[in-house]
Order: sequence, then structure tokens, then C-alpha cells
Amino acid sequence: MRAQLVKLGGVVVGILLMLAFLNAFGSTSAVQTGFRGVGMEQVEFNTRLAARLAANTVPDPIPAAGQEGELSAYAYKNVQVLGHLSTGEFTRLMAAITTWVSPDVGCVYCHAPQRDEKGNIMRDEDGYVIADPEKMSSDETYQKRVARRMIQMNLHLNQDWQTHLKQTGVTCYTCHRGQPVPGNIWFDPVPDPQAATLVGDSAGQNHPNLAAGVTSLPVDSFRPFLVNDENIRILSTVALPGTDRQSIKQAEWTYSLMMHISSSLGVNCTYCHNSRSFGVWDASPPPRAVAWYGIRLVRDINKNYLEPLAGTLPENRLGPTGDVPKAHCGTCHAGAFKPLLGVSMLKDYPVLAKAEPQPPPKPPEQGSAPTPAPEPAPAK
Amino acid sequence: MAQYQNIFTQIQVRGPIDLGPPIEGQAFRTRSGRLVRLVGWFGSAQFGPIYLGRLGVASLLFGFLSFEIIGLNMFASVRWSPIQFVRQLPWLALEPPPPSYGLRLPPLNQGGWWLLAGFFLTASILLWWLRTYRRAKALGMGTHVSWAFASAIFLYLSLGFIRPILMGSWGEAVPFGIFPHLDWTAAFSIRYGNLFYNPFHALSIAFLYGSSLLFAMHGATVLAVSHLGGEREVSQIVDRGTAEERASLFWRWTMGFNATFESIHRWAWWFAVLTTLTGGIGILLTGTAVDNWYLWAVKHRFAPEYVQPYVSPPDPATGASTANPPEAKP
Repeated sequence: MRAQLVKLGGVVVGILLMLAFLNAFGSTSAVQTGFRGVGMEQVEFNTRLAARLAANTVPDPIPAAGQEGELSAYAYKNVQVLGHLSTGEFTRLMAAITTWVSPDVGCVYCHAPQRDEKGNIMRDEDGYVIADPEKMSSDETYQKRVARRMIQMNLHLNQDWQTHLKQTGVTCYTCHRGQPVPGNIWFDPVPDPQAATLVGDSAGQNHPNLAAGVTSLPVDSFRPFLVNDENIRILSTVALPGTDRQSIKQAEWTYSLMMHISSSLGVNCTYCHNSRSFGVWDASPPPRAVAWYGIRLVRDINKNYLEPLAGTLPENRLGPTGDVPKAHCGTCHAGAFKPLLGVSMLKDYPVLAKAEPQPPPKPPEQGSAPTPAPEPAPAK
Repeated sequence: MAQYQNIFTQIQVRGPIDLGPPIEGQAFRTRSGRLVRLVGWFGSAQFGPIYLGRLGVASLLFGFLSFEIIGLNMFASVRWSPIQFVRQLPWLALEPPPPSYGLRLPPLNQGGWWLLAGFFLTASILLWWLRTYRRAKALGMGTHVSWAFASAIFLYLSLGFIRPILMGSWGEAVPFGIFPHLDWTAAFSIRYGNLFYNPFHALSIAFLYGSSLLFAMHGATVLAVSHLGGEREVSQIVDRGTAEERASLFWRWTMGFNATFESIHRWAWWFAVLTTLTGGIGILLTGTAVDNWYLWAVKHRFAPEYVQPYVSPPDPATGASTANPPEAKP
């Protein structure tokens, strides 16, 4: 009896194990991208595909507005970047930005709220704060000043970074996804307090690193590579020693950055690299060059657009060491090999394609039609 | 007829404690052994006598010092939080000095502790080696175990001592830590252009996998003829019995050749020893003789060429256009 029970138990365990393996095989799928048998393939977790698709749906575009009508530079006050747009185009873009960036709070996230005589903020019957129609031009909120800089950044990216963005381009939604502060941002880590003591310095690594695939790799690969332009290349370009003094530890920093890129894009190494040699270009798949420009693009964003906001952002928006929130690959990509799975929102909002010269100040009481401005755009 | 088996069987041999032959120098040797049922599930049920000796005591002392330095540094790195120590333990490490220190003595918290822990661990291992040698001699045995252990020590010293000295930097050495040493291994291969193309790495893997294959073949063979007296393999080396004859014939039938009851142990010993010996050589050549194993393999024409279904981009940093390798036959 006992022996029979043991045999039965064995059979049950065997069937369960088999089911577990079948399930394991069913949970991933691989697409071959290179020569057979050399591991050049993209692995997908089938269970995550639906979630990725849902997280990367594009909001419906607002119907296009006409080009006719007065220029917003003349219709409104204090329009510094988008003054060349007709009022129709301008308000359409403002409405779009509201749905992309602050759908919950509305216009008043950036624009000054209306106040009663006592100075209290006024709300409508639904409890929403009302923007003051008399003060739409006011720069009193930091959000408004940041938003202007971000629009300048958006125009600059679409205009000057087609090496990375191609014709797909970006809009506010690429990063913001309906949130005033994009979800995937980074701050400088708190310095290791043990470094100043006698024991227990972690050498900037050896703790669970969520940004690098839960490895023990160096924690802060962003500051050196995505703000500063430290050398990422740690492989010698010749077979024999003597030309390259890069160390294994430097390789760990590069490795950490690469793990971040991999997890941000939801791809494995072979999306960009031929893993037989991570270094040589003549075996690499084409996306590697796109990623190369992407790293430079992020440096541009962080150095020229985000870090200069240090004086503008309030303290509660800053990191533990007082640094501004910064971008990395995941800020736009959010787990997809192409942000929003490659759908271009720019084609519906072509006014974001590049910075335009702003109309000259309206001459007092002269001809009604404004002439094209001779001055360059204030962007950059 | 009673069967003598173990590894999770109920049958255990129980009798008077076996104290072994009388030998010289009984210092620090526990006087007797005792029978332990748990131990008997895995092997001989007799636990002890243990011979510690001066070498054993010194080795354990140094080993303990090293263990403490590593463990306390890990504990300090989570600011002495016991919960975080347990949670993060697989990620924690004691890291070698930054490469900027070269072979100079760094401050304690900048790799000095790593040097100390490495020194004590090395002392402990070398003393333990000497102990295995001395104990084998005392028993009138050959010193095969010691020399096999020495091969493993050679790989350990290559990684943490000889190669860093050849490279002029302690920073090239391995951190003490569970995940960190694995991440180090991957970074080491990446930095030096893919160890897959290091021939000694390939040899080491062949011997490693070969060791497990030989182990399985030999273990299976002896178990398969144990009811015919095959477990007495040492006596059957010189006094061939039906077990040996059947086992040999089995392998000649199936693969045309058989190792003998003696030579199979030499096969296994050499495969095991060569795993770490060739591995150590492969480590020592990396960064000293060859800086990029993939390019070295291309240079010496043993990296196969594959057809690429894509056109590789030029290096954006230099703009240099690179041609795809010529098409090769799959």
C-alpha cells in the first residue's frame, strides 16, 4: 500500500513538473534576428505583451485647427515661443498639452489660478481650481516657466535629433503620459555614508540595482554617462595589449548603463549588439547606431534643458541631494523598443517639428498684416 | 542477504569505532569517533576522529579572520542593519581597491580590507594545503589529493594575486561577494573581448564538463556491477573479477574501448586537475598577452564568419564606414 502511494505521488509530481515546463516554454517567444544558432534573437515574455501594448496606446488627436486667424503673438500677451501660430493652432496645442501633461488638474497646473478678493483660490462647482482668464500670460507659477522650456526642448529635439528620432519625433506625451512629472526619471543617489568611515565602503556598487536589472553593478551609471560624457567604450580595438588601459571596474560601469538601456527598451543585448563581440561595429545590428545617438540626446536634455532648471523648480521637486529630476532612456521608452511602439504623434501636431522665428512686436496702429520676423528664434 | 547502501537508505553499517592504523603524531586528534545516523545517510556513519593539528588550527584561524573581515565589511555597507544584511546579502561585497592605486597599499576602506582579507584567506588555504599533504604522508598515502587541490589553488591565485600583479593593479582582482563576483566575471569577459575565444577557457570548460561526464560514467559503471563485487574496484585493479570483466565488456560493446579499473581514476584525476590548471593559464594570458580575444581569434582565423541579415552601421563616433564581413558558407 505504502509503495503504491509513493508511486502515485511520483506520478503526480512528474505531471506537475511537466506542466511547469510546458508553461515555462509557453511564457516566452523568440524572434531570430541573425545567423541561426548564435543567439541573435529577441526574447519576449508573452505575459507582458498585453500590458506593454496597453501602456503604449496613443491618445486620439484633437481635430486640426485652421491656419487663418490672428497670430497668437499679437492676440495674447507674453507668448515667447509659439507666437507664430494662429490662435486656433495655439489653443489646440494648449488643449493637447493639458491632456498630455495635466489631465487631472487642467490649465491651472501651469496657469495662475483665479482668486477672490480675500486672495483665496477659486473653484468651480466640481471642485476644480479655475485659471484666471486675466492672468493667462502670467509667469508666476514655476510650472509655466518650466513648460515653456520644455516646449523649446521638444522643438529642438524634433529639429536637431533626427539621427535618433527619425521622422517619428516626440511630443510632450512621449515622456509625460498624462502625468505632470514623467514617471521614469532619476536623481543622483545619496552618497554612501560608509565611504567616510573606516569600514564598509561599497565602491558605488554591490547593492540591488533596480535600474540595471537587479544586478550588483555600479548604482550611478547615469551621472557619468547620461549627464557627463565619460567614455563608455571599454574594449580594446586591437588584439594585443598596450593601447588600452580600461579596467574591469570601468567595464562594470558600462555594463550597468547597458543593462539600464536593455531594461528601458524591453530588449536583450542582441537588439543592438552581436554578442560575440560587443565592441566591433561591423557585426552590430543597425539599432546600435540609433542608440549611440540616443545616449547623446539624453546628455543634451540633461545638460542643456533639465539641469538649468535648478533655480526654477521648487524644493519638493528636487532629489535627495538637491538635484533636478533628470531623463534616461526609460523616460521616453518606458519599456518599449520604440516609445509608444513607434507610433508618431508628431504628424498630428506638426507645429512641434521645429522652432520658428517669432513675429516682431506689433507696430502700434499700422498695417494689419504682420510681416515675417527677421529675428532668430529665442529657442536653444 | 543484507545490502550495504546509503544516500537516503535505511541500512547503515554499525559496529565498533574504526580508529584506523596506528600512526605517528597523534597531537590534536580527537580520541575516538561516534556513529551518527544523519551522517550515515550520506556515507560512513562514523563521524571522527578528527585530526586538527597546528596547521589546521592556524588555517581555521586565518580563515576566520578573513571571513570576519568580509562579513563585517558587508554588514557595515548596509549601515549595520541586520534586516538589510539578510535581504541584500547576495548583492553585498568587499571590493578590491580602485585601479588608480595600482599595486600600492590603499586606505583600509578603499580596498585595504580587501587586501587583508585576501592575505588571510590565502594564508588559510595554503596552510590547509600543507595539512592535506602532511596528513597524507602520515598515513603513508600518495599525495594526489594535495596536488589536485594545488591546481585549484593555482586558479585562485591566478585570479586574485598573480594576474593583478602582472597587470600592475589590485583593481583587476575579484571582489568577495555572491552576485558581485558573478558580475565581475561577466565584466571581465566583456572587457577582454569575450572569453569564449580564449582557447584555454575552452580547454577548461572541456575538462570541466568532461569531469562530470567521467564521474557519471564511472559511478554508474561501478554501481551497475556492485552486486557482483564491483565496489571492490581497488582490489579488482590487480585481481580482475567478473564485475570488472562485465563492466569492461559493456564499454567495449558500446564504444569499442574501455578504461581499466585503475586508469579510470587517472582519467578523472587529470580531467579535474586540468580544469583549473588550463583555466588559470587562460586567466593569466588575459590582458597580459591578449587584450581582445575576439579580435585575436579573427587575427588567427578561427573566429567563424557568419552571414548577417542586416547591414551594420558605421561607427557614429568616427564616421568610419565598416564593411560587413564577406559572406561565408553557413
